[in-house]
Amino acid sequence: MSVFADEPHPGLPLPILPGHVSAGRFERVLRAGHFAVTTELAPPDSADPEEVYARARLFDGAVDAINATDGSGANCHMSSVAVCALLTRIGYSPVLQISCRDRNRIAIQGEILGGAAMGVCNLLCLSGDGVQAGDHPQAKPVFDLDSTTLLATAKRLRDEARFESGRPLTSPPRLFLGGAANPFADPLDWQPWRLAQKIAAGAQFIQTQYCYDVPRLKTFLTRAEDLGLLEKVFILVGVGPLASAKSAEWIRKAVPGVHIPDAIIRRLAGAEKPKAEGRKLCVEIMQEVATLKGVHGVHLMAYKQEDAVVDMVASSGVLKGRTPWSPARSQTLIEGTSP
Amino acid sequence: MYALRLWSTRNARLLERVYDAFESALVASHPVLKAIGYQRLEKPVAAVEKLVKGALFDCQMCGACALSRTGMTCPMNCPKQLRNGPCGGVRDGGFCEVKPDMRCVWAEAYQGSLQMAKGTAIRDPGEPVDRRLQGSSSWLRVVKQRGDAKDSAAQGESAK
Repeated sequence: MSVFADEPHPGLPLPILPGHVSAGRFERVLRAGHFAVTTELAPPDSADPEEVYARARLFDGAVDAINATDGSGANCHMSSVAVCALLTRIGYSPVLQISCRDRNRIAIQGEILGGAAMGVCNLLCLSGDGVQAGDHPQAKPVFDLDSTTLLATAKRLRDEARFESGRPLTSPPRLFLGGAANPFADPLDWQPWRLAQKIAAGAQFIQTQYCYDVPRLKTFLTRAEDLGLLEKVFILVGVGPLASAKSAEWIRKAVPGVHIPDAIIRRLAGAEKPKAEGRKLCVEIMQEVATLKGVHGVHLMAYKQEDAVVDMVASSGVLKGRTPWSPARSQTLIEGTSP
Repeated sequence: MYALRLWSTRNARLLERVYDAFESALVASHPVLKAIGYQRLEKPVAAVEKLVKGALFDCQMCGACALSRTGMTCPMNCPKQLRNGPCGGVRDGGFCEVKPDMRCVWAEAYQGSLQMAKGTAIRDPGEPVDRRLQGSSSWLRVVKQRGDAKDSAAQGESAK
């Protein structure tokens, strides 16, 4: 059941169910107990909306939500809120990513309201990459808030209908709130506590950094379970295909926070077709993490391999035959044929 | 100074004890401080605080000091000035994403917190920084708050 009986016309919000905070499909899928798949859309270096739609179409039928990144890697692209607004127009379920790098609390709170007004139902609160990582290293890093205080700020907007200043809103943003976790980075012992802190601040779902080390993930989940966190949050494990041993080594060196064990690199190096092997490895990780307690989905970040997302999701079988909503599928329902 | 900053984190337990004693002494002298006037004390105390904490912690005088809940490691030395824990970019071995030669401030903070009596405070979510406090004395702000609270509690008692 990927299309709900009470689906309105694409672009209009779903009715908010009891116990739900948002009018979105993503929260519904998770709360209905389905294994969810999300992915990442790299906003174009362009002012053309068709480029956004073309990138979104690549994922049709394979994902429950699409994250619009916010200047990822500190590189300048179309804004995440604009990408989300374009996507909601035709019914997609985007996750608005907001990082603390480029805006202060005045701009961020305004952006959250604006995004919600444009139909955004999901918000991912991030610290953001440092400016040194991107194409404008000369820019001023802002970091007025951090990911935790951003979560608390968004929760206050939603639940208390007021700004940080205390000034009231006339209508609060109905947002399903998410945060990031990196179970693979130092200080490892602290990461479960960091998760607890984000949940306390308002996180309802978590999308993790790329997972290439399942044993490390298991340790993290066990500790999170000991802290009683697994019932309080939906965890989606970050996964992604590596193109080759060389690119894996480059990522390991150049992209801070991504932990790739040597065994993975050896496997890619020994493969006849490294790209295919990288996708196979990604599918295997998806299948393995899907069996773990506390894992409610995967966040498939297929940078520069976006066209492989549908195939990888299909061959992993993690959706168990379920086909997520897409504009074409919605059309079928509206025309009265089989859902 | 970076080396001294690392020393402070290694000796977080000692510094916690010293600071607790110092804060208690200041709170005890709240009536005197009040008589002199906190406003009047602000400039000289902030200057001393900057000198001491600058040497020990590379303090940036944010005015919203968190050292007691951050393992005696100043979070304003994090290039992203994060106040609630590390970002997702910590490099293997606990090094900073932005400054690869520097230890991650939060990896250090965690180590420091493990030694401290009230170290678990590092888990609590902290408030966003009030940027207007930049340059002002955290010591005086905390002591005034605690002193005023004591005064109003005493007033409440006598009113009964």
